[in-house]
Amino acid sequence: MANAIQFKVNGLAHSFDGDPDTPLLWYLRDTLGLTGTKFGCGVGLCGACTIHKNGDAIRACITPVSSLAGTEIRTIEDIGANGLHPVQKMWMQFNVPQCGYCQSGQIMQAIALLKSKPKPSDDDIDEGMAANICRCGTYQRIRAAIKAAAQEPA
Amino acid sequence: MSAIENVSRRGFLKGLAGAGAFVLGACYAPEMLWGQQSNDARTDDARTDADKAAFHPNVFVGIETDGTVWIVAHRSEMGTVIRTTLPMVLADELDADWKRVKIDQAIGDRRYGDQNTDGSHSIRSFFDVVRLSGATARLMLIQAAAQQWEVPASECKTDLHVVVHSASGRRLGYGELATAASKLPVPTKDQVQLKPKSAWRYIGKGMTSYDLTDLVTGKAVYGMDAHLDGMVFASIEHPPVFGGKLKSVDNTDALKVSGVSQTIVIDPFKPPPAFQPLGGVAVLANSTWAAFQGRKKLKIDWDNGPNATYDSDQYKKELQETARNPAKVIRAQGDVDKVFTPTAQTFEGEYYVPLLAHAPMEPLVALAEFKDGKVHAWAPTQNPQAVQAIVSSELGISKEDVICHVTLLGGGFGRKSKPDYVAEAAVLAHKVGRPVKVVWTREDDIQFDYYNAVAAMYMKAALDSNGKPTAWLQRSVFPPITSIFDVNAVYGDPPHLAQGWTDMPYDVPNLRIENGPAKAHVRIGWLRSVANIYHGFAVQTFTDELAHRAKRDPADYLLELIGQPRTIDFKGVEYPNYGASLETYPWETGRLRRVIEMVIEKSGWGKRKLGKGSGLGIAAHRSFLTYVATVVEVEVNDQGDIRIPRVDIVVDAGLVVNPEVTKAQFEGAAVFGTSVARSGEITAKNGVIEQSNFDSYPVARINEVPYQTNVYLVESDAPPAGVGEPGVPPFIPALCNAIYVATGKRIRELPLSRTNLGKES
Repeated sequence: MANAIQFKVNGLAHSFDGDPDTPLLWYLRDTLGLTGTKFGCGVGLCGACTIHKNGDAIRACITPVSSLAGTEIRTIEDIGANGLHPVQKMWMQFNVPQCGYCQSGQIMQAIALLKSKPKPSDDDIDEGMAANICRCGTYQRIRAAIKAAAQEPA
Repeated sequence: MSAIENVSRRGFLKGLAGAGAFVLGACYAPEMLWGQQSNDARTDDARTDADKAAFHPNVFVGIETDGTVWIVAHRSEMGTVIRTTLPMVLADELDADWKRVKIDQAIGDRRYGDQNTDGSHSIRSFFDVVRLSGATARLMLIQAAAQQWEVPASECKTDLHVVVHSASGRRLGYGELATAASKLPVPTKDQVQLKPKSAWRYIGKGMTSYDLTDLVTGKAVYGMDAHLDGMVFASIEHPPVFGGKLKSVDNTDALKVSGVSQTIVIDPFKPPPAFQPLGGVAVLANSTWAAFQGRKKLKIDWDNGPNATYDSDQYKKELQETARNPAKVIRAQGDVDKVFTPTAQTFEGEYYVPLLAHAPMEPLVALAEFKDGKVHAWAPTQNPQAVQAIVSSELGISKEDVICHVTLLGGGFGRKSKPDYVAEAAVLAHKVGRPVKVVWTREDDIQFDYYNAVAAMYMKAALDSNGKPTAWLQRSVFPPITSIFDVNAVYGDPPHLAQGWTDMPYDVPNLRIENGPAKAHVRIGWLRSVANIYHGFAVQTFTDELAHRAKRDPADYLLELIGQPRTIDFKGVEYPNYGASLETYPWETGRLRRVIEMVIEKSGWGKRKLGKGSGLGIAAHRSFLTYVATVVEVEVNDQGDIRIPRVDIVVDAGLVVNPEVTKAQFEGAAVFGTSVARSGEITAKNGVIEQSNFDSYPVARINEVPYQTNVYLVESDAPPAGVGEPGVPPFIPALCNAIYVATGKRIRELPLSRTNLGKES
């Protein structure tokens, strides 16, 4: 495929030759079967589809596959694949999830936040997490879990 | 969302083929639950792992010979952890080791009794049923061991997952006893003894979600994640106006989109809409994205129908005008008119709450397959029996031939009790002969909801020289939920009037409670707390206004209006009490007083030093049989931005089965209430809903919600009551009452985004 787009998902090489406007979200979910990344709004407003591109948190629903050449994509399925990440551990310890649908995105966003702010203040958490909606209202526990995870060795 | 509504739904659904799903009452445990034979007639695709286990004394539990205990969760999991909590109750009575319990999610099946997971009643309706189920299995295991040891059963008891003969020290594991137990007759209910409270292992202590690890690793399977090989994806363009119909469609460009295979017209509903598909044009494709893209290329001409002129601004004025005029009396004592004389000191207030959308994080989605005359559907549904009913009605097959597999729900809040979206998938699958997954966009979700009713309330009180009411009139007007089952319904039905309106708890000598008519122009439906939202807002805001007018402390004043502890007498009044009997769940003002007194103490009411621009507000409300008092602290800056540093909530929900999870429900309710208060508003122009995604219908984010919510549960031996919904109603007026203290601005209309809370320049 001359025009195929090459990138990695969770360490594995992939080549995409479909409609280059296809959002990464649907490639992950419908083509690769990686359904841990969720569809919530389709326009980058809710954060349910948050994944990592080269370590940065981005919204898969507004990221066309055409923009991914040469990048490394990481999804929730790869976080904790070899033992739970401290953020996931604290999510469990603080009983964060209710319905849980947004939590893949919340966890991906929290991991990215802790990378840039290893000891986040309340303002850092507000700023870092405000793009991720939780309709069940687990925010208080999300905040507590992030602070606790910041105390853990990464 | 109350149990009794099932009864009213049943009445309205009588004409529909699918009415049968509602026949089983929530509190009813069918006799067919009991006995091994209960499931034997079922085909394999309708049997659970519990059914298939060596020992399955009733429909809720099965024990394998290796000791694995299957417990059936027949309620839907949308975040309340009910899928864990009810099985945990059963495991407690069984003396089962939780580590050896596997949860088996039930399909829709009338043998479980009611499965509609709404109305905050799963625990209260099924606590006794699942306890009895577990205790029955335990008794049979004891009998099997006694038989084997040739000792009286009375000498045997259970310890964790084993039967023990204390005198001889012999022990047999549950797995070892399963086959022998399966050969015994199932005891009758009166032969079964429940554990005393002192012997409870799990009840009252609680358990974290069975699914917790899956929820943090992306492995949890929601409806959105359901998959069948060979499935096609569908996105549906619905009529933009409720009740509209397709005139013509040009699909030429849609079919040119790569991946799109075909378009299918779905017929409009036949009034009343109930849970039928809205109709429209479905685009089928080999991926969700292709279906979305194809749909954008449809060229459609619509007949917008009878609601084409619906304008929510105009409608608001109509509701408010109706509320100012005498209406249907639903409860009265004394004579308010005799007190409302021209010379009397009176005070009036008008309150307004707009239409609200549910917006669960997972948009509506369903996967269906039609094969060999049967439909299999995988859906995030709160009500799999309603799925059976509507699919059977749409396709003309029997309900038993609709197998509804219940996935995890990415939020529900009442929306997923209404299975129109599952019916769409079934109709399409039936037409194309392949599995079809219907995916709603967020825009579809917000524009084609069953909205929480818009409501206008009018309040009037006559006051004595101390500012205490001597007469109280309250009148609400809202398009009723019953309008989706009966196009002529315009008055509130008793179960919804009962939600914080008929049961206004103040001890006032002259009282009149009224309800006026309103015609619906959109689908109205249950949303977390339902009518309690607008009723609670009006009553608790008006009360606060009267307190400030009388220069009284609002908490003291509230207690004074409630009066001395008493049981409210509903003689001669239609008060369904959330489907519960008034003997078991009386309306006790003493319990409301107690949560208020406790929240005064816990919140430091009257003692906390607050800065300029800050305020505390209080409100109390009983809903879903649970008594809640809430104090909210708010800060409002000069620009009118609000912060909510702290919330204190005291809850008397009777016996609390899973306390940590219960606290989380009230934390979540404060957030849900924040969304309603700050920005919850659906409006319409020319019949078209003006909001479409989280930009135009914002819900609260981490930087906008209460920073610290403290939840206190009252220790109680009263029977268990609801916990999913009751936190929402008092939160909203408590917040608005706090805003009044902070700014001097009285909020009589929601949402807050309609009011400039900043300092006027």
